[in-house]
Amino acid sequence: MTDREKRNLRLGLAFCSPWLIGLVVFQLYPIVASMYFSLCDYSVLEKASFIGLSNYRDLMADEVFWQALRNTLYYAAMALPLGLIVSFATAVLLNTGVKGMTVYRTIFFLPSLVPAVASAILWLWLLNGKFGVVNYALDAVGIKGPGWLSDPLWTKPSLVLMSLWGVGHAVVIYLAGLQDVPQQLYEAAELDGAGWWGKLRHVTVPMMSPVILFNLIMGIIGSLQMFALPFIMLPGGQPARSAYFFAVYLYDNALPYLQMGYASAMAWILFILTLLLTWIALRLSGKHVHYEGA
Amino acid sequence: MKLKHPLPKLACHLVLLVGSLVCMFPLLWMVLTSLKPIEETMTMPPKWIPSVFEWGNYVKAVLYQREKLGYIPFLRYTLNTLYLVLMTVPGCLLSNALVAYGFARIKWRGRETLFALTLATMMIPFPVTMVPMYVLFRHLHWIGTFRPLWVGAWFGGAFNIFLLRQFFRSIPEELSDAARVDGASEFRIFWQIILPLAKPALAVVALFHFMYIWNDFMGPLIYLQDQSQFTLALGLQAYQSQHGGTEWNMLMAAATIMVTPVIVLFFFTQKTFIQGITVTGLKG
Repeated sequence: MTDREKRNLRLGLAFCSPWLIGLVVFQLYPIVASMYFSLCDYSVLEKASFIGLSNYRDLMADEVFWQALRNTLYYAAMALPLGLIVSFATAVLLNTGVKGMTVYRTIFFLPSLVPAVASAILWLWLLNGKFGVVNYALDAVGIKGPGWLSDPLWTKPSLVLMSLWGVGHAVVIYLAGLQDVPQQLYEAAELDGAGWWGKLRHVTVPMMSPVILFNLIMGIIGSLQMFALPFIMLPGGQPARSAYFFAVYLYDNALPYLQMGYASAMAWILFILTLLLTWIALRLSGKHVHYEGA
Repeated sequence: MKLKHPLPKLACHLVLLVGSLVCMFPLLWMVLTSLKPIEETMTMPPKWIPSVFEWGNYVKAVLYQREKLGYIPFLRYTLNTLYLVLMTVPGCLLSNALVAYGFARIKWRGRETLFALTLATMMIPFPVTMVPMYVLFRHLHWIGTFRPLWVGAWFGGAFNIFLLRQFFRSIPEELSDAARVDGASEFRIFWQIILPLAKPALAVVALFHFMYIWNDFMGPLIYLQDQSQFTLALGLQAYQSQHGGTEWNMLMAAATIMVTPVIVLFFFTQKTFIQGITVTGLKG
């Protein structure tokens, strides 16, 4: 290395030093420690004792674990595609040169600003079985509203519904992406005789595919960790553990029950699941995602 | 894609109007409920507009039952939340800016590898780090203090490093070179040239970080024990679990108190907000 290279290395590391510490203390150490704890019986109060793969074996036989996993995947499988369709369609409509676009955009964005705790309490009230305004409105058009938060069949759809209320964040992202699609592409498509739908299919969607994929992956990571809403709205995942989510069960094992080893094993399964689903999303999308230039 | 004909245009407006209604109604209902006397929250069909506007609900929610046992100190919660904001925002800005500068404006061996590793940490789910961090903070006797909730902010985070790095890279290299020729140290270039230019990006980081602290529920739930330390998010949840299902007007007043500052902040910083979301969402 030349003197200049050495100097740059020192400088670079000096500037990055806060993160070097942060990376080790807040990311790498916990990952390694979590791996180790997952192989231990560990209550924090006593020293960890190594028990091999027992936690993982116990998890495989734990009916609640499977239920929490099923609930979480079921929620993600509904919330992600619906959220994608609703937010993308809204962004396309906003991008039609409609008057008052920025006003609409603000309105759609506002719900995503509402803190999770406030949102949970607000929807507890809206979906309330006795005095909830949602069921009143349904009743007014002749539909008998379900027991949103009391019927095990409806707890997860209720959470999906709430997640749709908060898609404004994605709308803003998609809208900005749509505005960047070069106008010439649409003109060229028009010359080839493409109608509105054809242009949407053959120009808009391919051009937006990297943004869609990025948001989808972020959505997968986020929804697998779903915590605050079910924790607050449906304590214990009740009724019938229908809303007991993976992260909630993990938290319950870790803190109230102090089963740190068991919780760590769950955390690792979550980690691997996240990586697996992300990998699948990347693989499946490989041929369909269009990267322009760089 | 523009719509040319009047009929599709009308249909488009119609759909957007219905969507707007769906978005706004819950917030409107929250405010309306918060202003009702308790009897009017429990009527079927619901009473749309309160017969009297009970502004007193807000006073009561904030100073709720001060003399009684279940007193819930909202002012305390707000101060606790603001304390965390003050303890983290400077650290978050400083550490992330320094690190992003190291990644964006200095060429050094190993830089790309470390940056790739940095981005990879975004894939780590929070629950994976949760248990070991709890154990670590417990050994330090930090459980039940604010420290676990602010110390980390002083050591950077992948998302903000990425965001600021993108911005720093867009600043012309000639500016730094000119300063180097004049004998300025790298830190001076960072502090006096690059940082002032990066104000819009720093504003995004500060804003998002404020939102994060204001909204964070799981962190305070794990680390705070005494009710006098609760943040707004945790305090509101505690209030709900103690009084839930009865005093909806009070709960809605409390929720409104928590939402309003965020919405006001949004209206004052709308441009920064939208820019921040677009940059992080598109260039990811």
